[in-house]
Amino acid sequence: MNSVQPTLRPASWTPAIRMGLSIATATGLYGVSFGALAVAAGLSVGQAMALSLLMFTGGSQFAFIGVIAGGGVPSAALGAAALLGVRNAVYAMQMNHMLQPRGWRIWLAAQVTIDESTATAAGQTDRAEQGRGFWVAGLGIFVLWNVFTFVGAWLGDALGDPRRWGLDGAAVAAFLGLLWPRLRQREPVALAVLSGVVTALALPRLPPGLPILVAAAVGAAWGWWVPDRAAASAGAEGAAP
Amino acid sequence: MSLWLAILVGAAATYLTKLSGYAVPARWLSNPRMTRVAGAITVALLSALTVMNTFASGTALVLDARLAALAVAALALWARLPFLLVVLLGAGAAGVVRWWG
Repeated sequence: MNSVQPTLRPASWTPAIRMGLSIATATGLYGVSFGALAVAAGLSVGQAMALSLLMFTGGSQFAFIGVIAGGGVPSAALGAAALLGVRNAVYAMQMNHMLQPRGWRIWLAAQVTIDESTATAAGQTDRAEQGRGFWVAGLGIFVLWNVFTFVGAWLGDALGDPRRWGLDGAAVAAFLGLLWPRLRQREPVALAVLSGVVTALALPRLPPGLPILVAAAVGAAWGWWVPDRAAASAGAEGAAP
Repeated sequence: MSLWLAILVGAAATYLTKLSGYAVPARWLSNPRMTRVAGAITVALLSALTVMNTFASGTALVLDARLAALAVAALALWARLPFLLVVLLGAGAAGVVRWWG
């Protein structure tokens, strides 16, 4: 820790704290769309809240309700959510190396280890700043994501028939919005197109929910066997989004 | 499996996945293949979910108002609009097309 301790006064906030807070606000707000879509998919307000409080990893939560909305069985939703959460293990290894939390902090750090908190920490150079960025972004998103999930679920409940408001279109936009930032290079675009085509081919042929898992298998095979040209040219780059 | 059970088991699975990263030795991090597999699974799943939510109706493929949502969302993302606005525009596009059709 630095000699000057940050307090609640904005004047004492370091760059990592400011970045963490702005990322927490931006990310927390779109909990509204998760809450509304969860209810539109047929979940209760309580079930939407359970996902945000306990699962707390946006991609997995959206995948879970996406499979349910598509008519998939709950076990297929569970499978998709668990697979989308695998990248958090990689983030956790990076954060363990960077922050080296001890005791009860490990249990808390694990729950808030997600795309955004990892990216905020990785964006800092100073060790104390990395810790501040991680905790401010992670805990800030946890609080706001849950508050706005509740707002969205409550709104979705009050709106009634989701299709009338184009909420199924909102789900399409949300998934594309989650995918988009990962398509900066040519290789992930090729993989995205391949898994999209595989999904479209599998949809009429397999039980609901299974096409998603087939696409995950395609992704795993791609990551395992296709040589990494981007990393070879760009040097060692982290897994942060 | 009931919806509640799937939610609780899924939450336990994702939490244990996160926790596992703090439990394994740091040298495992030096395996770039693990990082690549996790990244590729993420891209593949998000693409599959986009396709499924755009074209699936039960186990059939259909073209409907959701295609307009996909196109508008892509334009909005290309214009670097914030996530929440992209989602609202997607909903608006599907709603408008359905209202007209």
